[in-house]
Amino acid sequence: MNEVNKNKNEFCFSSKNKILVENELKKYPKGRETSAIISLLWIAQKQNGGWLSTEIIEYVAFYLNIPKIRSMEIATFYSMFNLSPVGKYHFQMCGTTPCMLCGSDSLKEVLSKKIGAQSSVTDDKLFSWIEVECLGACCNAPVIQINDDYYEDLHSSDLEIILDNLKNNKSIKDGSYKKRISSEPLNKDLKMLTEDEIQEMVKNRKKPGISA
Amino acid sequence: MKFKKWLKTVKNLGLVPDMLKAQDKIFTNIYGNNSSNLKSSLNRGNWDSTKYLIDKGRDWIIDEMKSSGLRGRGGAGFPTGLKWSFMPKEVKERPHYLVVNADESEPGTCKDREILRHEPHQFIEGCLLASYAMSANACYVYVRGEYVNERYALQKAINEAYDSGLIGKNACKSGWDFDMYVHHGAGAYICGEETALLESLEGKKGMPRLKPPFPANCGLYGCPTTVNNVESIAVAPEILRRGASWFSSLGKPNNTGTKLFCISGHVNTPCNVEEEMGIPLRELLEKHAGGVKGGWDNLLAVIPGGSSVPCLPAEQCQNLSMDFDTLKELKSGLGTAAVIVMDKSTDIVKAIARLSYFYKHESCGQCTPCREGTGWMWRVMDRMAKGNAGVEEIDLLLEVTKQVEGHTICALGDAAAWPIQGLIRHFRPEIENRLKK
Repeated sequence: MNEVNKNKNEFCFSSKNKILVENELKKYPKGRETSAIISLLWIAQKQNGGWLSTEIIEYVAFYLNIPKIRSMEIATFYSMFNLSPVGKYHFQMCGTTPCMLCGSDSLKEVLSKKIGAQSSVTDDKLFSWIEVECLGACCNAPVIQINDDYYEDLHSSDLEIILDNLKNNKSIKDGSYKKRISSEPLNKDLKMLTEDEIQEMVKNRKKPGISA
Repeated sequence: MKFKKWLKTVKNLGLVPDMLKAQDKIFTNIYGNNSSNLKSSLNRGNWDSTKYLIDKGRDWIIDEMKSSGLRGRGGAGFPTGLKWSFMPKEVKERPHYLVVNADESEPGTCKDREILRHEPHQFIEGCLLASYAMSANACYVYVRGEYVNERYALQKAINEAYDSGLIGKNACKSGWDFDMYVHHGAGAYICGEETALLESLEGKKGMPRLKPPFPANCGLYGCPTTVNNVESIAVAPEILRRGASWFSSLGKPNNTGTKLFCISGHVNTPCNVEEEMGIPLRELLEKHAGGVKGGWDNLLAVIPGGSSVPCLPAEQCQNLSMDFDTLKELKSGLGTAAVIVMDKSTDIVKAIARLSYFYKHESCGQCTPCREGTGWMWRVMDRMAKGNAGVEEIDLLLEVTKQVEGHTICALGDAAAWPIQGLIRHFRPEIENRLKK
């Protein structure tokens, strides 16, 4: 691979990220390393505080030994690459129909009120938000992704608390805000089998495929 | 009609009522109340005699999959065993690949996410068996970019499987070498289309390829490739262990087995649930999702299979069987079995207009009818939702959807057209009333 940039102001993968990058490159057959371009851009974006500048996009092309336009194409095609700075906490609010039916519009109001216009960053550089398309957690709608984590079953009041806590440097919990483990029905009478019960049940199953 | 009384009336309608028994469930930890680590997965029956299944040979595996009647769980419903049989019988100079589509982004669908994080070993075992059946030594799993934690969970399970010799060199001591890699996307719905996914996996923009050549002949890096959905792969080990006849005894003819349903929208307890194919919609909603908000009579419409399929009005939902063929007859589809429920408080024109925005946002821009059409359809839908259009524009809009449908390389154009066609088919008076005001 190419030499690391020598100028201190120029972007290059940190030594920790370099290990991740080399791991990614190893996944693909020889000569097919370009396959790793999405992961490389993603790692670079994380290292750079959540967004990609033109220099970084070009650096990734340089790293993979491909024309700059190839990595520019990728960075502009995929919506998870941010081409301008974002806040320390970047909120991606799902606004597609299943979330909309469950009240994402009220979350949008809170975000507009507390953070401002979409894609803008607050003065303290803490927050930014955008409306995104389906995040794939529709049974836990409405959903917001903050950086890498999903926050589910949100009510606008939950979101206000999340924003306040982040602002005051307090920790927040990810996952469901309706005390669900994941996407099980929120029903007191729901019986979920324990591991022992499942083990017993599985033992009693007929398995003609593996019986001699 | 009250639910219990209604349930008695459907006994002879060819539906498959009565809940799936726990004994027949394939996913025993779909909610993640137990650990997803290897030890717990072994206790739950994963990796049970995998070597024995491999020893039975490729033809046996593919024949079992064919006779189980499993239809692909990613939306199109193509028979999985048949798809596997399209791969070349012998490996020549080009290696074979299995690629798993975990780019779950069809609005309403959230089942693969639970498999990846709560049942990863079931899934990895399926990848090994499927890869062996198709003579593939390598498998790539394309996980959508937003599923960061799900990706880590899967990678953790893969590492466990490598460390225990279940995959890797001489996987499960079967003599077969098998490597599994997690690849991720970065937010593009179109990469759920199999050839766009392959383009993206090769490090390019996710733009669908023309078919033919089909991936089984010329797929990833120009090599024979099969692309399957996560759920289709994850159910394979249990089908093989418990027998094709067990799987095909569940559900209905040509619509066999169990399926993960994702129920979202206006229900009291939205959830993912594994049920038998052909379960009546009403039973699905009442027994698992706590019923429609405000009661069954408050139902306005249902999108039965993810955003791409046309909606069905409440009157068609009464005795509706949730299977591929029934829904196709009603000019809708089972798709990914993502049921989006809308009660009478819904502004259905706005709800469908929001889907039109989704397709406009996600069109890759390669084919003109889709690139221009999705934007055009969304702008008209948006005006209709606001009551700011002429009544004559309804027919014009319908005409445009017909011009997009079937005139693009992939099905995204169709998927953008169908929800609008469904809306106009069933709710035309609703739109007209709004526009006349």
